[in-house]
Amino acid sequence: MPVSSLADADETLLVAQSREGDTAAFGELVRRYEGKIFRLAQHVTQNREDAEDVLQETFMKAYEHLDQFQGNSKFYTWIVRIAVNQALMKLRRRKTDKSVSIDENIDTGEDTMVREIAAWDEDPEQRFSRDELGGILDTAVQSLEPPYRSVFVLRDIDELSTEETAEALGLSVPAVKSRLLRARLQLREKLTRYFKRKGDDAFAYM
Amino acid sequence: MLTCKDFLHELSDYLDECADAELRTKIEAHIAECPNCWVIADTTKKTIQIYKGMDPYPIPRDVETRLMKALEKKMAAGKA
Repeated sequence: MPVSSLADADETLLVAQSREGDTAAFGELVRRYEGKIFRLAQHVTQNREDAEDVLQETFMKAYEHLDQFQGNSKFYTWIVRIAVNQALMKLRRRKTDKSVSIDENIDTGEDTMVREIAAWDEDPEQRFSRDELGGILDTAVQSLEPPYRSVFVLRDIDELSTEETAEALGLSVPAVKSRLLRARLQLREKLTRYFKRKGDDAFAYM
Repeated sequence: MLTCKDFLHELSDYLDECADAELRTKIEAHIAECPNCWVIADTTKKTIQIYKGMDPYPIPRDVETRLMKALEKKMAAGKA
């Protein structure tokens, strides 16, 4: 296959060619997803060195186990699952005194996490430069607890469906939904500090 | 009539457009009457939109170089 057409090539075809040992095809799959996988790894491990390891291990394992990719899910969902597992292993190794798992029992009780209400500007992000905005958004995501963070990153940043997120994280659909709601509400509160309409006071609620 | 608590519980499905027509009508009736819940719906929606618009930063060149080197070595060795 000519190199120029690789960038537009159909994913199923690239996977099939990679299985046949076509390294250029696999290289194209890596280029498509390396940015997203690196971002995901950084969000989950919160450590750049670990994130780089996760990135490498993810694509190494994907190449090694391509035969096990069934093709009934998207290739991206499949590698996300590998990346999430690798990232969680890093976390566990780093925090040997405290086990960390996205499956841990977390309180998804009825407290609704809404403490501040204030209307935002119409396009609140326009008040900040691209870099400032990126910093604000990243810091807010990093401050979420790991079980919420992983779900939010996959569902709302990487735009996987609820079912794909559940599959990638090995969670049930209701667990994904309840964690996503909590993550969204927590982020909404954190961002209100930056985006609220000037002059509006936040006040307690519920 | 939905309570504020019911509204919050259904908020994600509403924003993801997964709520059925009946629930949707109830939620819209609630936020038309309840300014606080209207603000929550609006700001949560904006939160999701702002994150969706974020592209990943380009991967640092040194990181990509090391990734490609490791993969080339692996691919040259063939599948284990």
